[in-house]
Amino acid sequence: MRGWRNRILLGVIVVLTVLSVVTVWPSEPYRYLPSFIPWPEGKGIKFPWIQIEGGAILGHMKEARAMRLGLDLRGGTRLVLEADTSQAPDVNVDQALDTAAGIIERRVNAFGVAESEIQRQGSDRLAVQLPGIDPEKARELVGRTAVLEFREPKFDENKNITICQGGTVTYDPPGCEGGQEVAVPRESITGQTEESIIWVPAQAVGNDGLEKNLTGRFLKPNTFVSGNPTTGLPILNFEMTSEGSPLLEQVTDRLLGLPMAFFLDGEPIRGNDNSIIAPTVRAVISDKGIIEGLSADDARLLSIQLNGGALPVPLRVLQQEEVDATLGEDSVQKSVIAGEMALLIVMLFMTSFYRLPGALASLALFVYTSIVLAIFKVWPVTLTLAGIAAFVLSVGMAVDANILIFERTKEELRSGRSLVAAIEAGFSRAWPSIRDSNVSTLITCAILYWFGDQFGASLVKGFAFTLAIGVLVSMFSAIMVTRTFLRLTIGTPLARHLGWWVADLAEVRGPAAVTPARGMPPQSASGGEE
Amino acid sequence: MFDFVGRRNWYYLLSLLVLVPGLISLVIPPSLKPGIEFTGGTTFTVRFAQTVHQDALRSALSQLGHPEAVVQRTGESKFLVRTRELKGAAAAPEVGPAPPSERDTIEAGLQQRFGDFLDNEGKVSNRFIDFYIVSGTVSEEIGRNAGFAVIAASVAILLYISWAFRAVPKPFLWGSAAIVALLHDVVLVVGVFSIFGKVFGIEINTMFLTGLLTVMGFSVHDDIVVFDRIRENLRRGEGRDFPECVNVSLNQTVARSVNTSFTVVLVLVAMLLMGGVTIRDFLLVLLIGIIAGTYSSIFIASQLLVTWEERDIQRLFRRFLPRRRRPAPVETEG
Repeated sequence: MRGWRNRILLGVIVVLTVLSVVTVWPSEPYRYLPSFIPWPEGKGIKFPWIQIEGGAILGHMKEARAMRLGLDLRGGTRLVLEADTSQAPDVNVDQALDTAAGIIERRVNAFGVAESEIQRQGSDRLAVQLPGIDPEKARELVGRTAVLEFREPKFDENKNITICQGGTVTYDPPGCEGGQEVAVPRESITGQTEESIIWVPAQAVGNDGLEKNLTGRFLKPNTFVSGNPTTGLPILNFEMTSEGSPLLEQVTDRLLGLPMAFFLDGEPIRGNDNSIIAPTVRAVISDKGIIEGLSADDARLLSIQLNGGALPVPLRVLQQEEVDATLGEDSVQKSVIAGEMALLIVMLFMTSFYRLPGALASLALFVYTSIVLAIFKVWPVTLTLAGIAAFVLSVGMAVDANILIFERTKEELRSGRSLVAAIEAGFSRAWPSIRDSNVSTLITCAILYWFGDQFGASLVKGFAFTLAIGVLVSMFSAIMVTRTFLRLTIGTPLARHLGWWVADLAEVRGPAAVTPARGMPPQSASGGEE
Repeated sequence: MFDFVGRRNWYYLLSLLVLVPGLISLVIPPSLKPGIEFTGGTTFTVRFAQTVHQDALRSALSQLGHPEAVVQRTGESKFLVRTRELKGAAAAPEVGPAPPSERDTIEAGLQQRFGDFLDNEGKVSNRFIDFYIVSGTVSEEIGRNAGFAVIAASVAILLYISWAFRAVPKPFLWGSAAIVALLHDVVLVVGVFSIFGKVFGIEINTMFLTGLLTVMGFSVHDDIVVFDRIRENLRRGEGRDFPECVNVSLNQTVARSVNTSFTVVLVLVAMLLMGGVTIRDFLLVLLIGIIAGTYSSIFIASQLLVTWEERDIQRLFRRFLPRRRRPAPVETEG
């Protein structure tokens, strides 16, 4: 039965709305709601999530705690970095910092932090502002030079490995401080002695006949993290450039049966268990390789840094501080309250102008707003002012869809149709224009997103993405939510007061036309059904 | 029924009256005033001994001639401020008689209002903590790239409308009319802000770009709703001829157009009056753009269809050109 279908739909809408409100409920309610009521603090929600990364399916619990807000709305961490020229005295600092700014931007974008700010400060500094990121992580992401080196153990012609006995191993330059260098066979090396291996940079002769250190410079910027198909543990995959392939080939050929280590900024890369990652070379490889044993977070960070390239000059973190919104915390809060008031005014306007349907549409607007915000939070979308603008535009479009439907319904009622027929006709007549205008907006979004991505205009990209979500939900809201509400009202006593549906209907049809509707089934109110 | 179509040339004239001053202002450099996001400027940290509110500091800086200042709180009464480049700042010596630089003026002005500064260690001081020249945070390329994106999006909209309205004769014309209306709205907003830049010193920032994108989306949305009604009425054979059909459609959709824009304008005005100062310019872009968009959907886009169908342009030529050459033969008339 149709009535049942509508009731089930209503149930779905109610559940969806309640879920959305619970999800969206702010963890700091005082920022968004009038403070004279002690609002409970939102806890966000946890839900299972399946992610496909590099061919492996990873299931984990995803958490949505706080809405991700951009620098302009929430602020973040500010780092001031200074070029450390002591280690690279002959570098052109000016050029190096420009390059470094570009590399940092690439890293930050790859990390998924939208709308960060990087600027040159004075002659030898960079000031970086990152939204919603743990300060330690920010430091690691931005400050690391990210020079990757392939290193091999010091070994003799019998493939005995030199370790440092009774002293401390040093890496730069490789050596043994206060101890003795002893050559031991590969087999006798275990956990403890592995720490005392003396690692030296792996060198090989390039195609141009020059001897080179095998470093991250020879990796293609397309490293990625995947899951080991059997263990599910993260693997960092890398590919060599054509210049690097012969180097890796020579190194692995020489090292057959021996371990190889990876050094980052002069320190060995360590795995989850804090031991040096030093896989034994089992075959000669030239084009591709993997690093296994890192934690998922570290692997991702390293992959981002390798793809972004190493900084041309080491940067030292001079200053690290929390900053509030670039638009000003006070200004943002004021605007949020103003926006909420404005939404209430819109609802009031809709109700006073379109009467009962307007009130139902206002309810639909509430449903719409909570669903869109919930999607933003769960995705998560980093909301900036551009995102809010897109959201406001989509609210406008959602309201517009309702207005289109009601205007059509009104017209149909005036032309003498019954309420039921008028509502159905209102929907079907308004649908083509809702569809066409929204599809055109979606096409615009797709193009803006693609361009924004290509040209690194993250503002344009963010705008397009949030607008697309908003438009999709607004179509759902207009067609499913408003229609279900209206259909369900038809069966109730509310439908008997035609004056609640169209203000001036009495004038148009004359009072006689309206009066019989009282106490009679609305279907026969005017007998105008075709 | 209101005669929208008959007065179409007056509507074009009204648009031109707003567009032309803006275009003239765009021709005179600087066409638009770039904000500190693009140009860079000066950054400094200031810490006050007293409790100072962010908005108080912002309005004080505005009174001292820096309405563009970006003020971020970084701690208790400690703020990071970015302004356009302060003149004479870098050369200002620590001691000795030098003409007061802009930095000195601001330092003195702020101390007069809010009392002593503190240095990093918390000791009373009369200078800002850090003071640097900084580059912009956004490359000016973003404007150009956003421009490319908008052009590509316009082409896509043109193709989509031509396809969606393939049932009507000359669908490409409908798409073109929508794009002209879109251009009208964008140029109008940019022109008005060019004038604002010269008169009130309003600067262009990334918020402005966002606003323009929003205006674009709204403009096309509005046009399509009106076009859709014309298409429906054409199919039903409403009106004696094409202009009348368009006129009927405009009368039917005008309530919806006005109501939709009215709700959006309501939101914007509420936010302009009650919201924070920092997004005021942005709201202004939206307000002007959305009013322009509604105007162009009623008075430009649909009217252009009529202008084309009625061969107004050819008539215009016929009216002016023959006089210059030779009198038109009488017998071809009528």
